Amino acid sequence: MRRKYSWLVLALYLVFTLAPIYWMVHMSLRNNLAITSTFAWLPESLSFANYATIFTDPAWYDGYLNSIIYVVLNTILSVAVALPAAYAFSRYSFLGDKHLFFWLLTNRMTPPAVFLLPFFQLYTAIGLMDTHLAVALAHMVFNVPLAVWILEGFMSAVPREIDETAYIDGYSFPRFFVKLFLPLIKAGIGVTAFFCFMFSWVELLLARTLTSVDAKPIAATMTRTVSAAGMDWGTLAAAGVLTIVPGALVIYFVRHYIAKGFAMGRV
Amino acid sequence: MSSARPVNQRAWWFVLPVLISVAFSALVPLMTIVNYSVQDILGPDQAVFVGMEWYREILRDPDLHGALLRQLIFTTAVLAIEIPLGIVLALGIPERGWRASLALVLLAMPLLIPWNVVGTIWQIFARGDIGLLGYVLTQFGIDYNYSQHPTDAWVTVLVMDVWHWTPLVALLSYAALRAIPEPFYQAARIDGASRWAVFRHIELPKMRGVLTIALLLRLMDSFMIYTEPFVLTGGGPGTATTFLSQYLTQKAVGQFDLGPAAAFSLVYFLIILLLCFVLYNFMKDPQ
Repeated sequence: MRRKYSWLVLALYLVFTLAPIYWMVHMSLRNNLAITSTFAWLPESLSFANYATIFTDPAWYDGYLNSIIYVVLNTILSVAVALPAAYAFSRYSFLGDKHLFFWLLTNRMTPPAVFLLPFFQLYTAIGLMDTHLAVALAHMVFNVPLAVWILEGFMSAVPREIDETAYIDGYSFPRFFVKLFLPLIKAGIGVTAFFCFMFSWVELLLARTLTSVDAKPIAATMTRTVSAAGMDWGTLAAAGVLTIVPGALVIYFVRHYIAKGFAMGRV
Repeated sequence: MSSARPVNQRAWWFVLPVLISVAFSALVPLMTIVNYSVQDILGPDQAVFVGMEWYREILRDPDLHGALLRQLIFTTAVLAIEIPLGIVLALGIPERGWRASLALVLLAMPLLIPWNVVGTIWQIFARGDIGLLGYVLTQFGIDYNYSQHPTDAWVTVLVMDVWHWTPLVALLSYAALRAIPEPFYQAARIDGASRWAVFRHIELPKMRGVLTIALLLRLMDSFMIYTEPFVLTGGGPGTATTFLSQYLTQKAVGQFDLGPAAAFSLVYFLIILLLCFVLYNFMKDPQ
């Protein structure tokens, strides 16, 4: 009974989810005049001109490459530094551990508007402005805390006897961690990577502040489509449709890990 | 559980990379902001120490009180809708199979759209003349116009946020539900527990940890919402959708008041911190 009812809610909700996305796809297939002047349930004709613009203009496709580079870099760095920390939180008790765990999350709580300026000054001072690394490092502020929290949950679900048996069997810590432990929390790494990818991919303000030409992200390119002729809605919508693709691929690959389930240990 | 963890101070070494990476990009900007907040910056090399002056000024600012109130109402509405809805959606996603995969991929889509694009889509989507949502509402005879009517604008921003972020709660809740071992359900079946009892006494307690992070994330992120309403309504009409971030940006960029804007940022940060801290302790394991 109850399951059927939830199914109905889910189905209705998915319609709601898809409606704006349908409208974006719809817009991406029309020209600007049609978009701004007439309502149509279906596009009058299938025109891929807007997509052609994106794939042939380096100003557009470079934006995608830049975004993908710093997002992947950020995901790798975030997961790499979060793994040992999450292990420490899940396995040991140490001075200030509880406070530290919560403090990590406070780094996500800084309202961006004014904080952009010190970020700009900091990255200019160390000569990283307009590099992919700058954005990747800056995005670690909000991704590392989340990665630690999620990974800690997965790690706490692994019984501690596994660690102890490995040491008795003569495993050194690095060998145990890489060969035995990491494969056990594969699902956790996948889920964490998805969340890091997602939050880094959609962030605009920091990414735009720290880049100008060489590492300019796609989202920033999209804010520049306002020209004398008005907004270029069609191209903007086509670019928007294409921004969903990389993330959709990532979620497709981690869907089984999410379906395996996870809990949060420390909270 | 926590009492079983052996004490080991060397665990700090494991945490060190995280501390360095986060502190580098968080503490330096934070200290800079603290620095700005107690100075009157007249020019690139000219600044006067003014102590608590800016804090006094912004705490008395009636516009800020208005923005804070709007923000609190908005965030409360966001949490009150997104958390229960996310849980219900998670209960509806099948346990396995292609339907589960399809539901997960479709649900995640709004999360993957850059925030300025979210605002841009909704800007057209909600237009009465050329957008699907606005057009349908207008056809039903509803006088809907998000760029003219304050209530419409506010509701549109809220619905947009629900559309954008409920999937995050649903994905996390779904993962938490899947982690509940089958024997729990078997025991409940033997006891003849109702569906509601299973939810209330098995599923909900088991989701506590994951729901805490979902609540905290939604609380802090909705409290800092900026890009989406900025693109959709620009904070208007009037000040109907001018939330804290929007107001802060107007102050910092529009009026070049770096000192007061920095003081404002810190007060803002402390409010979020306080709310999250209270919520965290409220949700924490009672043991």
